[in-house]
Amino acid sequence: MPAPLPVPTRQVEEVTDEAASADTPWQAIVWNDPVNLMSYVTYVLQKLFGYPEPKATALMLDVHHKGKAAVSSGDKDKIEGDVAKLHAAGLWATMQRT
Amino acid sequence: MNGWKKSGRGPKLRLVATMEPHEAVVLRGRIGEARDMRGAPTAEPAADELAALRGVRPGSSVPPEDEALARLLPEFRRDDPALAGALRSLHEPALIEAKEGAAVAVLDTLPDGGGRIELTVEQADAWLAALNDVRLALGTALDISEDMPDDLPDDDPRTAHLGVYHWLTFVQDALVQSRLQVKF
Repeated sequence: MPAPLPVPTRQVEEVTDEAASADTPWQAIVWNDPVNLMSYVTYVLQKLFGYPEPKATALMLDVHHKGKAAVSSGDKDKIEGDVAKLHAAGLWATMQRT
Repeated sequence: MNGWKKSGRGPKLRLVATMEPHEAVVLRGRIGEARDMRGAPTAEPAADELAALRGVRPGSSVPPEDEALARLLPEFRRDDPALAGALRSLHEPALIEAKEGAAVAVLDTLPDGGGRIELTVEQADAWLAALNDVRLALGTALDISEDMPDDLPDDDPRTAHLGVYHWLTFVQDALVQSRLQVKF
């Protein structure tokens, strides 16, 4: 397992800070899973959320190294839909209040 | 199966691979098993006749007892059974339908006796989801972990299935790499 790269880690922290703001009370969390491929997780994040490849890769690495990552944030209905889409893609996702 | 290649461009773009006859049999078999598993009755009987015909249990608020099926249909919330149950009963029928659609898309585009497979981008997306479901089901049954060795001792009962798992991993990863070369 390669060591986490400093640049993706910084990007991910920005995402988390943004997600924790008062306007965005819910987050979709993706949890690490021994089956889902790193390449596939990156692909899913690009496809479902339209994230550019570097952001999708950074989030995937966060899931891989830290065990989880907040991949989207917003109101309850939006996050509920996001988690449903993540489940359809086979990712292990839950929703939580920030 | 040597991987996937891009062919054509624009609306004629296809992701192409060739599968050996025995490979096609293995993949069809695994997809079929995953469909059977989703259709199998779990804790409660189907709510009505249509649901029984379709093999789904709409509105269930509890996770499946089967470990592999539970991984395919995860909880929406941790440590919040009330909301998790409400969200499951709301979303699970559509989730099962999506998984069924992806499985059927594979069966429709995989020649019976193997051979050339040509996928549109949309079909490739369905293949990726279906391959992932099959790997999740098998991986859960095999108790796959991050540090799983490539080979297990010969007397390990999981040995035969681990080869299939690694092959499915190769097919999926190669298709992801090919798919990522196409714009979203």
